[in-house]
Amino acid sequence: MDNRGHHPNQNSLVSVHNLTFSRGEKKIFDNISLEFERGKITAIMGPSGTGKTTLLKLIGGQLFPENGNIMVNGRDVHHLKRDELYTLRKRMGMLFQSGALLTGMNVYDNVAFPLREHTHLPESMIRSLVLMKLEAVGLRGARDLMPNELSGGMARRVALARAIALDPMMIMYDEPFTGQDPISMGALVLLIKSLNTTLGLTSIIVSHDVYETAAIADYIYVLSEGKVVGQGTPQEIKESSSEWVQQFMNGAADGPVHFHYPAKEKYMDDLLHCDKSLFSRKRLFGEKPAKRRRYS
Amino acid sequence: MEFFRYLGANTRESFTKLGRGSYFLIGMLAGISSVLVRPHLILKQMHSVGVLSFLIIFISGLFVGMVLGLQGFYILSRFGAEETLGVMVAASLVRELGPVVSALLFAGRAGSALTAEIGLMKATEQLSGMEMMAIDPIKRIISPRFLAGFLSMPLLAALFSAVGIMGGQIVGCGLLGVDDGAYWSQMNAAIDFQKDIINGVIKSLVFGFITTWIALFEGYDAVPTAEGVSRATTRTVVNSAFSILGLDFILTALMFGDN
Ligand SMILES: Nc1ncnc2c1ncn2[C@@H]1O[C@H](COP(=O)(O)OP(=O)(O)O)[C@@H](O)[C@H]1O
Ligand SMILES: [Mg+2]
Repeated sequence: MDNRGHHPNQNSLVSVHNLTFSRGEKKIFDNISLEFERGKITAIMGPSGTGKTTLLKLIGGQLFPENGNIMVNGRDVHHLKRDELYTLRKRMGMLFQSGALLTGMNVYDNVAFPLREHTHLPESMIRSLVLMKLEAVGLRGARDLMPNELSGGMARRVALARAIALDPMMIMYDEPFTGQDPISMGALVLLIKSLNTTLGLTSIIVSHDVYETAAIADYIYVLSEGKVVGQGTPQEIKESSSEWVQQFMNGAADGPVHFHYPAKEKYMDDLLHCDKSLFSRKRLFGEKPAKRRRYS
Repeated sequence: MEFFRYLGANTRESFTKLGRGSYFLIGMLAGISSVLVRPHLILKQMHSVGVLSFLIIFISGLFVGMVLGLQGFYILSRFGAEETLGVMVAASLVRELGPVVSALLFAGRAGSALTAEIGLMKATEQLSGMEMMAIDPIKRIISPRFLAGFLSMPLLAALFSAVGIMGGQIVGCGLLGVDDGAYWSQMNAAIDFQKDIINGVIKSLVFGFITTWIALFEGYDAVPTAEGVSRATTRTVVNSAFSILGLDFILTALMFGDN
């Protein structure tokens, strides 16, 4: 098949080596390696809660791995000085699931924000740049709206315009298709694809929307329980013999991934072993309400 | 046993929070230099923190002054000393009530708003988004608000005292017949610039510092959910009130304790 997951590739813009990361007891990533090739759209797929957002935050340097390293454009993200990290981040766009627009300013100012913060361009130049970016996402006419007046799809497109304002080398999309109606979904799919080709970006898409992602991705990793369970081109993924990948791609309720979240006790035992405190005097006669921990 | 465990856990939690708060404070103060070169950021925040607190401070100051006028008149007239009403009203306001009550009102009006704003920015990933745009949210969002709160507080306290003195005069001279000239001249003679006014300003600077710090830190440290932000807002008001009143006692003891 392919060996990109194991050997660092000359063409990779982002490479993740032997990454391990935990939240409390739970291992979110267990020694995984991923490669993201320059100029390509690479998708990370997996069910909710597998740690897709966490992976993007690790790549952006907002979280620290327990083990392993992440190289972006030849630099180890987690061993950079603060200002070096900030310099690198100027070239990494990220599209948050919620859009994360600044609610205190209108669409125009939101897109202008990174330009005003990072450049000393005159306002006339900023205006041209902002209008160009807004035109690219089809929202030049919405420049005076406030974020709360935008639909979810529009907010995401504004956030996209903001993410490309500084002409980054890559963009990370966090679930760009989730919660979109079919029309704005289609618009976003086209937009991501066309930005990738016209601006020569490297795109990382994190998603669980199988069809939309498979339609534009050049390469797909499928994650589950901290491991890569499948990888390849969309075609290879579709034809994969892995039961797990098949379950995910076809959306079967049960399979290697169970419908039930693991429980300690058996269902019957759980039902029979009732909580005695439910029937205590306190509960039944409401003698004293449970004490709140603190009032403030 | 359970009690000691609870006590230990609580103490530990308080200390780690104090540590986070101090770390936050250092970052916030370090960010001030980059704000000073962009004064429009401070002015904008002074508008929302200071100017919008104007009305509540004005009205409260007026009523507190009027009550002082009434109460002061009844007590002073028992000793035939109603001419010194101006001194009593002005001294209570400038030394104590001005800084303290305006700081309490400020915590309720502006502090809670700051906490809710920052907490919601955190909950909606705006702070995280800014970090990914290589913009330090502490420098860009927190430091300007801190400076605005810190600088607004003495101005609001001065407004409170000034309006209160007028309120005292309206009641004392207008309704109860104290001589206008005596009200002002006695006040003029007895209130000391160094001892009363400067000390009052120092108090309000301290309260402005502490209240704004608490408000911003609670917002920044809030659990990023609706409930978390609401709890943080409550904590801002409660903790600010405690800090203001406790510090006021200490400051009063230091400033006025030797006579
Ligand atoms: N701030 C946090 N604290 C503790 N656990 C978290 C936090 N954020 C996410 N998690 C946990 O990490 C796991 C992965 O979360 P996330 O990366 O958001 O998943 P995904 O984006 O794939 O849906 C989840 O099980 C979630 O409960
Ligand atoms: Mg997610």
